Order: sequence, then C-alpha cells, then structure tokens
Amino acid sequence: MLLIRCPYCDETLPELEFAYAGEAHIARALDPSSVTDEDWRDFLFIRSNAKGPHYERWRHVHGCGRFFNAVRDTVTDRFLTTYKAGEAKPDLETLTGDAR
Amino acid sequence: MSKFRVAGRGRVRHDAPVSFTFDGRTIEGRQGDTVASALLANGTHLMGRSFKYHRPRGPVAAGSEEPNALIGTRRGKGQYEPNTRATMQEIWPGLTTTSQNKYPHLKFDLGAVNDRAYMLFSAGFYYKTFMWPASFWDKVYEPFIRAAAGLGVSPTEEDVDTYASRYLHTDVLVVGAGPAGLEAARAAASTGLRVTLVDEHAEMGGALLSEPHVQIDRLPAWDWLAEQIAELQDMGVKLMTRTTAIGYYHQNMVGLCQKLTDHLETQPHDTPRERLWRVRAGQVILAQGALEKPLVFDGNDRPGVMLAGAAQTYLNRFGVRVGDEIAVVTSHDSAYHAAFDLADCGSRIAVIVDTRALVDDALVAECARRGIPLKRSHTVTGTAGRLRVKSVTVNAVEGGHVGKGRAYKCDALLMCGGWTPSLHLFSHTKGSLKWDADAQTFLPDRMTEACQIAGAGRGLWGISAALQDGATMGAEAARALGRDAAARALHAAHDRPGTGASHTELPTDQPASRAKAFVDFQNDVTAKDLRLAVKEGMRSIEHVKRYTTNGMATDQGKMSNINGLNIAADALGKPAPQVGLTTFRPPYTPTSFGAFAGYHRGDHFELTRRTPIDGWAEDNGAVFEPVSLWRRARYFPRPGEDMDAAVSRECRATRASLGIFDASTLGKIEVVGPDAAAFMNRMYTNPWDKLAPGRARYGLLLGDDGYIRDDGVIGRLADDRFHVTTTTGGAARVLNMMEDYLQTEWSDLKVWLTSTTENWAVIALNGPNARKLIAPFVDGLDLGDDALPHMSVTECTFMGHPCRLFRISFTGELGFEINVPARHGRAVWDKLIEAAAEYDITPYGTETMHVLRAEKGFIIVGQDTDGTVTPDDAGLGWALGRKKADFVGKRALMRPDLVLANRKQLVGLLTDDGETKLEEGAQIVLDPDQPKPMVIVGHVTSSYNSDAAGRPIALALIEGGQGKMGETVHIPMPDRTIAAKITSPQFYDPNNDRLKL
Repeated sequence: MLLIRCPYCDETLPELEFAYAGEAHIARALDPSSVTDEDWRDFLFIRSNAKGPHYERWRHVHGCGRFFNAVRDTVTDRFLTTYKAGEAKPDLETLTGDAR
Repeated sequence: MSKFRVAGRGRVRHDAPVSFTFDGRTIEGRQGDTVASALLANGTHLMGRSFKYHRPRGPVAAGSEEPNALIGTRRGKGQYEPNTRATMQEIWPGLTTTSQNKYPHLKFDLGAVNDRAYMLFSAGFYYKTFMWPASFWDKVYEPFIRAAAGLGVSPTEEDVDTYASRYLHTDVLVVGAGPAGLEAARAAASTGLRVTLVDEHAEMGGALLSEPHVQIDRLPAWDWLAEQIAELQDMGVKLMTRTTAIGYYHQNMVGLCQKLTDHLETQPHDTPRERLWRVRAGQVILAQGALEKPLVFDGNDRPGVMLAGAAQTYLNRFGVRVGDEIAVVTSHDSAYHAAFDLADCGSRIAVIVDTRALVDDALVAECARRGIPLKRSHTVTGTAGRLRVKSVTVNAVEGGHVGKGRAYKCDALLMCGGWTPSLHLFSHTKGSLKWDADAQTFLPDRMTEACQIAGAGRGLWGISAALQDGATMGAEAARALGRDAAARALHAAHDRPGTGASHTELPTDQPASRAKAFVDFQNDVTAKDLRLAVKEGMRSIEHVKRYTTNGMATDQGKMSNINGLNIAADALGKPAPQVGLTTFRPPYTPTSFGAFAGYHRGDHFELTRRTPIDGWAEDNGAVFEPVSLWRRARYFPRPGEDMDAAVSRECRATRASLGIFDASTLGKIEVVGPDAAAFMNRMYTNPWDKLAPGRARYGLLLGDDGYIRDDGVIGRLADDRFHVTTTTGGAARVLNMMEDYLQTEWSDLKVWLTSTTENWAVIALNGPNARKLIAPFVDGLDLGDDALPHMSVTECTFMGHPCRLFRISFTGELGFEINVPARHGRAVWDKLIEAAAEYDITPYGTETMHVLRAEKGFIIVGQDTDGTVTPDDAGLGWALGRKKADFVGKRALMRPDLVLANRKQLVGLLTDDGETKLEEGAQIVLDPDQPKPMVIVGHVTSSYNSDAAGRPIALALIEGGQGKMGETVHIPMPDRTIAAKITSPQFYDPNNDRLKL
C-alpha cells in the first residue's frame, strides 16, 4: 500500500484515503465547439500510457476532498512528487523521488 | 518408543507423548513434533499421492517449502483445512489428519493409472489431449478433468473461526530468526530502535535448531540461542513466531500472517485463528536463509528420498532418524554432515555418491573413519521400491561416459544439489537479481526499497558468516535510520560451511524418454517435460513455465525454480542468466482466505444502508432487494401473493387511488452559490437560467464523451440554490464528477456542493388522491394545479416539520415527493398511512416503481442505458439545451459516430402474442431464419407484465429503432423464437392527461 502526500493537507497518508483520477494536465478546452473532431477525440480517449514518470491526478476523497496532481513512476510505483491542481508541471530533472 | 526416535536428541519433549490420527490410525509423537516428524519417527514416509500421476510421495523437506507432504487437518466442524504442510503443522492430542489425492486408499490408488499413462500426460497435455473428437468434451474429458483437478478437497462447511487484522509501525522489521536475523535484530535494537523479529516456525533459531554442535562465544548453540532470545526480549524487541512474511509491498509495507491457534489443543474463545499484520517499517532486513536444491534423477520422488538438510533437521531438531540404511547422493559438502550425524546416531550409511571428482580431504577422512563407502565421480540413475525407496542404482562416470550400475539397498536416500538463497520477498519489491557464476545461483543486486539482505540470502554460507553478516546489516539498517551503530563480532566453532557443484539432470545411462526425473514435485513436472517444451518452440522461461506448469503449484517453485531454469537454459543452449527467472508473487506460502478477509465477513463484509422508513417496511412484510449499498423494499406481498400478484395489485391501486413509496435513497446534492446556475448550465444538458425559483426540471447529465451518466429531477429553491436529485446508485459518482469539474476546470465559479442524501427522508405519493391526502398537513399553502403545477417545488411546513415539497411524478400519476428531515421521516410516513385509510393507500416497492415508470417510457440509467447511449438514442433530445454554448458532453454529441442514423435507440416492444413477457437482456434479430451466428441488432432492457396495458411490455435498444415503428423483430430463445413489434416506449397515457388532475 502506497503512502501519498496530500499537498493540501500537507500530510503523508495511506493510499486507502485516495482515489486515482486519470492522467493530469489534459485541459478541457475553454470553447469546445471550436475544437476539431480529432482533437476532441484525443482529449477524450488518447492517453500517454507512460512507462516511467507519469503526470496523474488523485483525489484525497476520504480526507479533504481535493483533487491534486502527482508524478508517479509507473515502473517502480514510486511517487516523485505531488502538487496542487493548477500548478505548473514540475521539471522531472529536479525531482528527487522522495515525495513521502 | 519407535526405533527411529533417538533418545535425548532434538528439541522435542521425550517425556511428553502426544497422540493424533493420520488416516484414522493413531500415531504417537512427542510434544514439539510436526505431523511429518511424528510420522517419520513411526517409520512412515508415505504421506500422500501426487497431483497428476498419483505417485506415492513422502516429505522431501522439513519446512514450509515442502511440496509433497500435504495433508488435510480437521479440528472440528467448520475447521477443516486442505493442503496443510505436514512439515509445518504441530501436533496436539486429538488432531485429526488425512492424506490427499488418493482413491480409495493411500497405499492402493486407482488414479495411479495416470502414472502408467505417463506418455499421455507430458508437457502441454491439456492442450493436446482433449482436442478431439469434439463430442467427447461434455461426456468424457470435462468430467475426467473435473474429477482429477485440484489439490486436496475444498472445505464445504462455513469457517467457524475468526480472523483478525492489525497495523504495526516499527523502525526495523527482521524477517527470519536464524543466526543472521537474531544478530541483525540485536544490532538494530541496541541503538534504541523499535525492532520486530518474525519467523514462520514455532520457535526461533532457524539453522541453529538443526546444528546444535556449533559453539557460539564458547556456548553450545542452543544455550546461546536461549540467551539471545531472552536478551532481545529485555531490549524490547517484538518477537513473533508462527508468523510468515507473506508479501513485501510498496514503501516498506510487509504483510505478516500470524497463526495463533492451529497448534493448540484447546482453543481460547477470545483468540482469532490467524492475524494479518500490515507492517510499515523504516528498514526491512531479510534474513530468510537459503533453500536446498534437489537433484534431478529418475525416481527422485519416491517416499524415502529427501533433502539431506531435511534429514539433518529431523534428526537434530526432532530426534528422528529418517531411515536405518541410508544412501546419500550429493554435489555439495553439506550432505556429508547429515550423513555423519545420522551415522553417529545409529543409522548405517550404505554409500555416499558424490558427482564431483574432488572432495575436501577432511570429509573423505571422516567417511573413512566411520567406514562409509564413498563413490566420487559417480551418479545415481534410478531408484526402486513401490511405496518406499528400497534401493538406489549407482554408476561411475568417466569422461562423460556412464558406466554399469550397481544397486545399493537403502530405506532412505538423501540428496543435495546445493543451496538457493530465498529471495522471494526481495523479488516482490522488483529488486533485481544477478547471476553469480561461482555460486551458480542468483544473488540480490539492485534494491528498490529500504531493505538489507543478510546471511545465506546473499550467498554467505555457514553459521559464522550468517552471524557476522546479520550484525553488519543490523548496524547498517540502524545507521540508515540515523543511529550510531557498530556490529559486534562473534566467534562460532564447529561451523560446517561447504561448497558444491551445480547440475541439470544427473548423468544417466537410461533413455531420457523413460526417465521420471522430477523437477517440480507438487505439479509433477519432469525434466523431460521441460526439454519437450523447448523442443516444441517455447523460448521464454515464462512460456516454459506456463506450458509445463513448472513452479506454478502452491509452493511457487521454492525447490524447482533453479533446477527448472538450468534445464530450460541447457535445452535452449543459452547461459542461465540470459534465460532469467520467472517472477515470484505474494503470498510466500499459501495463506487462508480468512486471514485476508479478516473482520470483513458476514454482516461486516459490506455495510447495509437503511432508510428512516426501513423499519416500517420490515414490520410490514416487505421483500427487500439491494440497490447499491441500500436495501430497499421491493414489494409488499399479502398472504398468498407472489411477486407478480403483489406488484400487479400495487400498480393497480396506485393508478386507481393512491400509492406511497419510500424514495429516501435518491441521491441528493445541494448546489449553492452565486454561480450555481452557471455551474448547473455547464454540468447538465438542460438550460437552467430561465427556470424560476419554485420550479423543477428533469435534468440529464452526460460525460464529456456524450453518453448518459445520470438523471434526476432538479428543483430551484432560490436564485443561488438548487436541490439536485440523482439516481440511488449514482449519488457518489455524480458528486465526484461535479467536484472534479468545479475544482479543476471551473475553479473560478463560486459554488459549493454538499451531499444531502441522508439528510432528507423522501416519501413519494402517487395517484389521483395524492393531493387530497396531503393538503390538510401543509400549512397555509395552495396545492392547486395553478399554484403548485406539475414540476414545481416549494418550501413549506408539513405536519409541523420543515419540508421541501415537490410536485413531480415518476409514475405518470398526480405525484408529490415530501422531503422532511430524516429524523422525522418515519413519523410522517406513519401518520400518512393512518390518515389515508379512506383512500386505500397502498405501499409499493421498487418493483412497482419500475413497472409504473416503464409504462410511461421513463428510463432507468444503467438499466435502459449502458454507457454508450446518447440523449437522442434514449429519445431525450428534448432535454438538450442546444442553444447553450457548452455543457458537459455537448461537443461529443457532434462527433461523427454519435450522429449516425443506425445507432441503437430506445423503443418499446410488444410481443405479437400479447402474452409472452420477454427476458431482460435477450438479444434481438431482424431475420429469424438467418444462419448462425446471427446479426444482433439490439437487446431488451426492461420487461414487465403491465396491469395498465393489460399485457406484457418491454423497452429495448435497437439499431435505428426510432425509424422502425411498427416493424416486427425476433427474439431467439433456447426453446423458441418470439416475434415482437416495435412501438413507442410510452404505453400508458401518452398525452400526460393524468398529471393535470
């Protein structure tokens, strides 16, 4: 069972309190009607399926209820960092792999 | 006393006899025995039959890696367990045990005919043998496979034991309490850290229990051990025996299964049988030691053939000689010591066969001193004996040539093919292994967790090395946790580490096709099977494993993996490290379902949500059904009524006069804030700006993929406040979805979302007399059609309680939904029932609710939709706010696939005979005479007997259905094909006249 740091609570807590919520940084267009069919298809269905660091969303569903972002290595399952929704993508080079 | 029991030897209590039964026979053992050691002490090696060939088998090991000696144990009713390792089960007076996989008797077994049919059962036989003729499958093959399948017999009674579950946080967890683990625990604990030491055996000590002659710090090993355990206790180390580390998970979480009562004669009433621990450790030290490898030769599975180290354990720990006349075959020094110990206790060593040419001089001298014949550069090519080994054939090997065999009489044959570090838990962490050419084995390489490996687990043989390495790794772990630590140095005398060589199959003069040289004893996989798999094209070790099932039994290949790999690599002509190992997965040893389930069984498996009115339903004979976690009243049968009769009566009474329904389970979300309307506009398909406070609307929720997710009536209470209802099962999902969009896409909106599902009790009243009943209870409010028209909501006082009163209908009748605070729900319900006697008020359940709504063509999300249905598909296009710039799902509705004409669309279906009720889920075709497989154009989603329509009705999703009104389709069933006509889904009151009362 993973330990995950909620960036809002600033506490590291067991995975049981959290729910995975898909890949992160896939923004919904402000004006969807101006998006092409192909781009809307990609928005809906196309995911990076990364092997290695993966930007993803989690929700502290049995805690503060907030959605936040994380970088998790899909090979080792290790969290590299977690950060608040709306914050910029962290630079992978600077991550230490110790988000505990 | 049995002649195999050695007086004064071992750790059993020789003055404390214990009787138990094996296959109905009373066996006398000693306190401290396992089932295996007690049977061996009575001269019994035969303990079971093998899985596939039903070959007679005895124990080959003395620990949890045992593949053969699996027994059933019974403690009482509901306390039968199959596949218990006889080598791990401690005996107590009255324990009942049975052998497995035998018919009719252990000594005479009919299934052993499989052994004669060996050729048929080679690798991949499942895939080859049962291919033809096809007609044989039902009558011959499947019954045969079912009868033969499985290890042991599953228990049929409910488990009466209880199981517990705990969390533990510790600085250092040490797995394995042999010399390395003990020293590691001590080194870490001496720095003041919290240390936990676990071992799967009944007592701590590991290899020390089998090597009492060793002296540590001038103390005999067992005296030193007792001192150590006492000291660790004094230091506050948490010591846990009979506790198996079953899995090593992320971030240093280790799962432990602690067995608490299986060894006890009297079971304490307040103690669970097993306790599953989830341990989070700062550092983990794996001190699991090494497992001895069998040698691979024809007949290496006969009862009496066992690992040399196991024989040493039976002698030194349990005081049992495994035979009178013992032969030894080895490629490693360690087997000599087992032979010497046994010789010194009265067994005759018939011969030691060493595959190596060069053997340590000291060992040769010891053989000579005891008069033991030693055959170097020799091999074993076979064994004889039906239920027990009687002789072994020994051949010289010269320049790769195997000479003529000579038989040696023996009643036990000890084998040793070297040692394999036990790295299962390390592998759970995806720690990588590297091949060590010298040791001919894999050693731990890259760690992924905060973990140390000590002793034989990393290829360090002998007690001295284990002690030293344990202390070093314990100090290392302490330093990693910021403590200042130093390892102490201990001196061990009479240590017997050794070296050895590695083999695939032993050299033989027999044809390979005849040899039954077992690699995996538990799954009956032979060396021939592995070579055949490679010959038939398997290249990856993962494919070889699955094709042959090598290493796939409950022992997970603890003894067979390395031999299997070496043979497969040899067959492939590749070095072992290039072929690689298969993956070990938790649990380390088979673990009971009870331990995993813990407290979550029976009523505690899943919570049951009950409405405030649930008690009334129970008192009034409701039949319940689960709806998500809720239990809901399904119908209220009167004496003599079945469901159809009750539902028909409930439907009729509701449409004729008045029905009352507990709708409290509806999901409810309060959407509040200055931007509430803007938020609703974006979430739901409908336009909300023009909905005045006091009005309600049917709301439709899509995903951004355009498919229907949920629906419900939504009332606007004020400019900035909406009362949203969702489906019963969808409440949490809808709130999560709303939160997601609000937090991450539209965080600029000032809106607050609150789940109010459990705050309101909801009572639905439907029928022409609904208004008459409630009017007297509403203070100063006009309920007339003008003041409170269909689809409106008002806040009022009802029976003195604050109330949100909706005028809405899910039945097509005049309807009201009374929302009162949950704590008043039951009182309001009771009073309504009492007041409504004159209207013949009829309580109805979810089944009637379903029929009434289907008669009106109202969908149930999840029943009439399946996650691929758009609003237009469902005939709900009118609910789309097409003029809105955006709402969730709007863009997707323009995607090419979602506007195709031939999409599956919701329609009504009426069977041609007017009597047949279709089966929900039944498939629909256009041409009943087409060849199979038929082209399916849709399926039935809802189907009921309708009292109002006077016939069965159904809803269905059919390709292009809305353009096929009046056409006939066909529903093929196993016994006949049913014809039905496509109709509008509204079967009753299509103009909604009854809502306008």
